[in-house]
Amino acid sequence: MTSYSGHSTAGFVDVLIIGAGHSGLAMSYRLSEKSIEHVILERHEVANSWFSERWESFRLLTPNWQSCLPGYRYCGANPDGFMSRNEIVDFIKRYAAYSQAPVVTHTRVCSVEAVSSGYLVHTDQGTWRARCIVIATGAFNRPVVPKIGAVVPGNVRQLTAHDYKNPDRLDEGGVLVIGASATGIQFADEISRSGRPVTLAVGEHVRIPRRYRGRDIQFWMQLCGLLDTRYDEIDDLERARRVPSPQLVGTDDFRSLDLNSLKRDGVRLTGRLAGMRDGKALFSGSLRNVCKLADLKMNRLLETIDHWIQESGYDEGCSRTERFAPTEVDPYPCLETDLASGEIETVIWATGFRPDYSWLHVPVLNRHGELRHAGGIVDSPGMYVLGLPFLRRRKSSFIHGVADDARDLCEHLVGYLDTMSTPLKLAV
Amino acid sequence: MDTQKVHIDNGVDIDAIIGARETLTAAPEAAQFVWRANSEWMGGTHTRASVEKFFGLGEEQQHRKRFTYDTDHPEIFASQDNGSTPVEFVLVGLAGCLTAGIATVAQNRRIQLRRVEATIEAGMDLQGILGIDSQVRNGFDRVKAHFDVDADATQEEIEALVAQSQKRSAVFDVITSPTDVQVEVSKSQ
Repeated sequence: MTSYSGHSTAGFVDVLIIGAGHSGLAMSYRLSEKSIEHVILERHEVANSWFSERWESFRLLTPNWQSCLPGYRYCGANPDGFMSRNEIVDFIKRYAAYSQAPVVTHTRVCSVEAVSSGYLVHTDQGTWRARCIVIATGAFNRPVVPKIGAVVPGNVRQLTAHDYKNPDRLDEGGVLVIGASATGIQFADEISRSGRPVTLAVGEHVRIPRRYRGRDIQFWMQLCGLLDTRYDEIDDLERARRVPSPQLVGTDDFRSLDLNSLKRDGVRLTGRLAGMRDGKALFSGSLRNVCKLADLKMNRLLETIDHWIQESGYDEGCSRTERFAPTEVDPYPCLETDLASGEIETVIWATGFRPDYSWLHVPVLNRHGELRHAGGIVDSPGMYVLGLPFLRRRKSSFIHGVADDARDLCEHLVGYLDTMSTPLKLAV
Repeated sequence: MDTQKVHIDNGVDIDAIIGARETLTAAPEAAQFVWRANSEWMGGTHTRASVEKFFGLGEEQQHRKRFTYDTDHPEIFASQDNGSTPVEFVLVGLAGCLTAGIATVAQNRRIQLRRVEATIEAGMDLQGILGIDSQVRNGFDRVKAHFDVDADATQEEIEALVAQSQKRSAVFDVITSPTDVQVEVSKSQ
C-alpha cells in the first residue's frame, strides 16, 4: 500500500462506476438488471458538470423526445423542445431516483491503480477495491486551448468554454471566438446579439440544418440509421472520433444557426487562427475551403436522407427536398487582426474539450493521453469507459446513445466477472 | 453497378500510401521529414537551385536524380529572364501539390480521372517589394486556382476531390498559414 494507507477502507464491490452523469447512471441501471453489485462515485452531485461546466443559455442539441435512458424517457409536455441546463440536471436526477442508483456523492476519485484481480480506487473519503471499473467521467472535462494561447497579448482577456457564462459578463469591446462547432457558433451568436463586435475564426466544421423536410434533423439521422453506425464498421474511426459537434442550436423557434446567418447578423468570419506575430492574430487562408468541405458534406447528408425517404416510402406527407445556400465568404476575408490595438478585448476558446485522466494510474493511455479501448472495453482487464464520441456508435456521446453502449458493455463485463474464478479478497 | 469490378487506375499506388499511413501511425518518428534545396547565385537576379537529398523514414534519402531549377526575373524588370520568377515557383508548387492530391484522393475514392488541368494566378502589388507603400505586403494579395477535371464522377464528387486535396495539401498549408523561417548567415573564409 502507498501513502493512501492512512485513509479508511470505504468498501469493496464488484463494479465501481466513476461519475454519476447520464452514462454512469445508465450503466448502473444495466448492472442492476443483471443483479451485479456496484457503486457509483460522484465528486459533487448527480449531473454536476451539466450545470457547473456549461454556459447559461446552454441547451441540448437533441430534441426532448430523443432523450431517453435505459428504462426511462422524456415524458414532458414539449417533446420537440430542447432541454436547458436546469432541465437536463432535473431529468438526470429524476433518473437517478427512479433507478435507485447507488450513488455516493461528494467523493472525489484521486487515483485508480491496478492490483491483482482488480483495482484500488483512492478517494478523498477512503479507499475502495473493485473487480471492475467503469469510467463515466465524460468527454468534456478540460477545455482545450492551443499552445498559441500562451502568446496572446496580456491586454486581452482569455476565456474557455468552461469560463464563459453569458455576454453580460464580458467587457464591452470586441470578442474573438475561436472555433465554429456548436459551442463556438452559439457563443458568437449570443455575444453578437449583445451588441459586441464578434470575429469568429472558422476551421473545419460540420454544417447541418436544424430542420429538414418538416422534421428535426435528428429525427432523420436516427431514422436513417446514421446514428447507429458502429465503431467497427467505419473506415477511419480516429477521424470520426475527432469530428467537431455540428453547427446546431436548440431554440424555441427551431432556427438553424450557420455561418451565413451569423454573417448576416454582423459576425466577421475569418479562417482558422493559424499564428500570432507581433501581437497580431493571423488567420489561415483556408476559410473558403473549410466552408466548401462543410457545404459538400451537408449536401451528402441531405442526399442520404432524401434517398432513404424515397426508398422507405416515407415521403407521403413529408415536405419537399430542400437545399440550402452555399456558405458565403467575403471576397477578401480578414487575414489578421491586431490584438494589441484594443479592438479585441476578449478571446474565447471554443476549440474543443478533452477528458481528464490525471487520476488514472493504470497504463491505458496512448501518446495523446487518450484511453486505449475497443468500443469502450479498455485495454486493462475489467475496465470500461462510456460516453466518449463514437465510442461504439455514432450516437455514443448523445444522452440517448448510452443505452445501447451500456447494454453491450454490461454484457461484456458480466462475462468478465464470470471468468474470475477466485472470490474477491479484501487486500486493503 | 458493382464498383469493385471496375478497374480504376490513376497511376497512384493507393495501397502503398495506406500502408505507409499505417506504418507511420505506429512509428511517428519515421514520419519526420526534412526537405532541402541548395542554390547558387549566377549573376544578376539569376539563381540556380537544385534538389537531390532529403531526410525521411529515419535516414537520408535521395531523389532518382538531381533536379535543377533556374529562377530569374523577366526583361521588363531589366533582368535576363533565365527562368521563372521565384513567386511563380510557389504557384508551380501549389499546382503540383493539389493535383497530386486530387489523383490520390480520386484513387482512394475509386474515381477514374482522365484529365486534370489547373490554372493558377496570384495577384501582387509591387509597391510592397519596391518599398513604395509600407501598407502593402510583399507577397500575394490573393491566389486563385481553377481546376478543370474530366473524370467518371458528378460535379459534386469532383468538387469534393478538389476540396479534400486542399485539406491535405502541404503547399496549400504553407501558403495559407504562417511558418517560422530562420535564416542564418556565414561569411566565406
